[in-house]
Amino acid sequence: MAIINNRLTKEQYEKNFSDIHPPFETQDAALVEANRCLFCYDAPCMKSCPTSIDVPKFIKQISTGNIKGSAHTIFSSNILGASCSKVCPVEKLCEGACVYNLMDEEAIPIAKLQRYSTEIAMKNNWQLFKRKDAPLGDGGRKKVAIIGAGPAGLSCAHTLSKEGVDVTIYEKESKGGGLMTYGIAAYKVTPQFCEDEVNYITAIGGIEIKYHQKLGVNVSLEELQENYDAVYLAIGVGLARQLEIPGEDLNGVEDAIKFIYNLRNIEYSTVAVGDKVAVIGMGMTAIDAATQAKRLGAKEVTMLYRRTEHEKPCTQVELDIAMLDGCNIIWLAAPKEILGQDGKVNAIVCSKMQLEQLDASGRRSPVDTGETFTLEVDMVIKAAGQMPFESLVKNYSIDNKSGKVVINKNCETNIPGVFAGGDAVNGGKEVVDAVQAGKDGAKGILEFLSRKDG
Amino acid sequence: MADISANFLGIKSPNPFWLASAPPTDKKINVLRAFEAGWGGVVWKTLGSQVKNVSSRYSAVNFGGHKIMGFNNIELISDRPLDINLKEISECIKLFPDRAMVVSLMADNDRNSWHELIMKVEDTGAHGLELNFGCPHGMTERGMGAAVGQDPQIAAMVVEWVMEKTTIPVITKLTPNVHSPVPTGIACVKAGTNALSLINTIQSVTGIDLDTLVPNPYVAGKSVFGGYCGPAVKPIALKMLTTISQDPVTSKVPISGIGGVSTWRDAVEFMLLGASNVQVCTAAMKHGFRIVEDMCEGLNNWMDDKGYATIYDFIGKSVEKITHWEDLDINYHHIAKINQDKCIHCGLCYIACEDTSHQSINLNYGKPYNTYTIKEEECVGCNLCQLMCPVTDCITMEEHRVAPDYINWKMWQEEGKPLNDH
Ligand SMILES: Cc1cc2nc3c(=O)[nH]c(=O)nc-3n(C[C@H](O)[C@H](O)[C@H](O)COP(=O)(O)OP(=O)(O)OC[C@H]3O[C@@H](n4cnc5c(N)ncnc54)[C@H](O)[C@@H]3O)c2cc1C
Ligand SMILES: Cc1cc2nc3c(=O)[nH]c(=O)nc-3n(C[C@H](O)[C@H](O)[C@H](O)COP(=O)(O)O)c2cc1C
Ligand code: SF4
Ligand code: SF4
Ligand code: SF4
Repeated sequence: MAIINNRLTKEQYEKNFSDIHPPFETQDAALVEANRCLFCYDAPCMKSCPTSIDVPKFIKQISTGNIKGSAHTIFSSNILGASCSKVCPVEKLCEGACVYNLMDEEAIPIAKLQRYSTEIAMKNNWQLFKRKDAPLGDGGRKKVAIIGAGPAGLSCAHTLSKEGVDVTIYEKESKGGGLMTYGIAAYKVTPQFCEDEVNYITAIGGIEIKYHQKLGVNVSLEELQENYDAVYLAIGVGLARQLEIPGEDLNGVEDAIKFIYNLRNIEYSTVAVGDKVAVIGMGMTAIDAATQAKRLGAKEVTMLYRRTEHEKPCTQVELDIAMLDGCNIIWLAAPKEILGQDGKVNAIVCSKMQLEQLDASGRRSPVDTGETFTLEVDMVIKAAGQMPFESLVKNYSIDNKSGKVVINKNCETNIPGVFAGGDAVNGGKEVVDAVQAGKDGAKGILEFLSRKDG
Repeated sequence: MADISANFLGIKSPNPFWLASAPPTDKKINVLRAFEAGWGGVVWKTLGSQVKNVSSRYSAVNFGGHKIMGFNNIELISDRPLDINLKEISECIKLFPDRAMVVSLMADNDRNSWHELIMKVEDTGAHGLELNFGCPHGMTERGMGAAVGQDPQIAAMVVEWVMEKTTIPVITKLTPNVHSPVPTGIACVKAGTNALSLINTIQSVTGIDLDTLVPNPYVAGKSVFGGYCGPAVKPIALKMLTTISQDPVTSKVPISGIGGVSTWRDAVEFMLLGASNVQVCTAAMKHGFRIVEDMCEGLNNWMDDKGYATIYDFIGKSVEKITHWEDLDINYHHIAKINQDKCIHCGLCYIACEDTSHQSINLNYGKPYNTYTIKEEECVGCNLCQLMCPVTDCITMEEHRVAPDYINWKMWQEEGKPLNDH
């Protein structure tokens, strides 16, 4: 058993990491589905999209041949509509609510149609929004600093720029997109696509991204407060939660976020993976780590989760991807200890759990049965939730709940003029939630700026 | 098994489905294929004076993702040499003696031309003639086709010429490009035609290419009005058919129903409104001759279900059900009812009623699904919501008579009853 790279041929890597949800090949194919849409009123799909995209409208616009209008409808609610069409867990969002489900018929492939319009718009570089002119009189344009060029930061920046505000984004990495670029599974979006999208969004003008600028290292909050009219924190969350069990420091124990970051950043063939891999957790990150470990050529991948299938945080569609990839799943298994030899992982010991009776909150929590089992593995990937940037937040005395930034209804933190949103606030949800957070943040900031003037 | 065979003016066919005079019937190879597929008869593509066709010829109207809701052509009558047509007609008759062979005619506008043409066609052994008084393009400019059908006097004159000569039954095909087909129909029946058929195509512009700005179909950058047909014209054809079925003169002769027939259901509707058989063109052009299989089977099963032994047991049964507006019963009232178990919460009924009808549907907000209920006291029973609803039998219209007795509009006024108060 060993952790090695270059397990597959070039063709195999390509096949394993190609687009998991291929787009419509032709306009006719898109029209078949667009024409099925009933054009619902106060549509359930729209209400189930966190950014409230007017789904019936944009689909109708595809069917009338008004693709530009369709893209405009999508982007006005969600400037990352192109990414969202590839990464949204639509089975629990828009498509999950499509009325066709109530007829036991296939839901309209909303995301695929969304991808159709937005890709055409991006390919043709249709610039569908115009910035408001600089206000007359003193001061000129307002200036806002945003920390983090992930979905929340980009969405906030675009909304502010449209309203005539000048935005500077400070980003610690060398590319924009946040976890879109560095986290989400490669078979959903490619780094190239993320880069194109960042360029498409910033082409509106008035948005400057400064890369390799880390808040707390290269730039301080005080400086930003000094030089800008407002600050928006869109820093997301950091590495995977520690397991706090013996053996966690052995060679071969990896953080899912780091594992995926490598995968996104370097050639697939240079990413090493074990023969037998255990993945801890059952969220989106865990699924992505497990499937991609398998797709890198791991012989055996086993996902361990301490509750049952019923409580799983991922959606059924995601679980199906992992199962179809041949990942094993062991429910009611909590890691107890990682064993090793010569400093390298060779097994993981798990407690067998069982679910308690429903507690007052209606949830069943897992309890240790005292029994254990041991699984021979050479790699353990931790994906049991991510940790907020607690120390950074605390250093600046920003109100928080174990690192998650606390904001009021205007998205403002306890520090006046400092706003926040996205994963940094919600602790880690979906891209589409971060986009909405960015819009909400921009709204709060615009109100704050006009109050400041008034 | 019901008997679906038909006898139209003594012309027998194993089923009441004929192919209308058009490209599907313009040569031996098509007609033999049609007979092999099971069509009961054909009306051979119109023969007459020499013409030349253009390229292109057809265009269509698509709707809601479906192709060819309506079809349009600028073709003329047969452009093949007459003697070839005649030879092929007699060959087809010999190969399929049990099928109806009617030949459509449109001679030059003089008695001799008609007489000559009729003699030649009768020599083929054809079972009947159809006079094309309907073609709306190309031929009208020469005083033929619709130009004849639009003028009852001219039509009657041509029918008289034909009746002087012919020894086989004559069907006169009426044009819909008139306010009413009845005056021409009456004139032709009085002049002796044995039967009527309708409708021919309706003059139309089907659409414009938004890049070239040229309407379609186009010929070297120009277009002309074409003849419209297919599913889109069925309701118009049914209305015209009804007026012919209800008129005391025209209802005396058999009618062949044409215009948008695509399925056995369409055919039954035409027959219920008085057609003794139907003719089909566009549906065959769209799908090929094989559609006749389901037309026969569907008709047969429906007749068995309803207990009709022959087609003559139901032909014309709906004619008397179309009355005058003044005779409708004002005390009849029905109200929409939503079956909440079937509702999929699409909101289409609500927005239709709220924006464009009588604001008679309640919306109770839900995330993501709203609930919709009918305000019974507001509903006027217009059917709009039921027509919108994508779920079968989810909205039903329930009878709630205002009063038990029949009262029509005239009686209502005479009794000085109140008008709506909102
Ligand atoms: C493995 C994985 C898979 C996922 N899969 C999906 C999926 O399929 N679909 C989906 O919708 N969501 C998915 N998500 C969640 C999604 O990626 C996030 O919800 C979303 O990216 C959050 O956006 P954000 O802008 O709040 O934060 P981020 O995307 O995390 O962006 C934060 C940005 O801030 C920068 N930053 C952080 N700290 C600093 C600092 N101190 N100074 C300067 N810059 C800083 C970061 O480099 C980053 O660019 C996944 C997440 C993970 C980890
Ligand atoms: C391409 C084309 C050519 C036609 N040519 C003739 C014709 O020569 N003579 C005629 O009487 N009707 C002609 N028609 C009219 C059809 O016979 C028929 O009356 C009409 O199409 C309505 O029937 P449908 O809706 O089933 O197509 C033609 C129709 C089409 C589409
Ligand atoms: S953004 Fe996501 S949830 Fe919203 S409509 Fe598009 S695919 Fe669905
Ligand atoms: S719920 Fe489904 S059918 Fe209705 S508008 Fe949305 S996508 Fe279309
Ligand atoms: S149209 Fe039919 S399915 Fe849709 S909300 Fe109304 S009753 Fe329900």
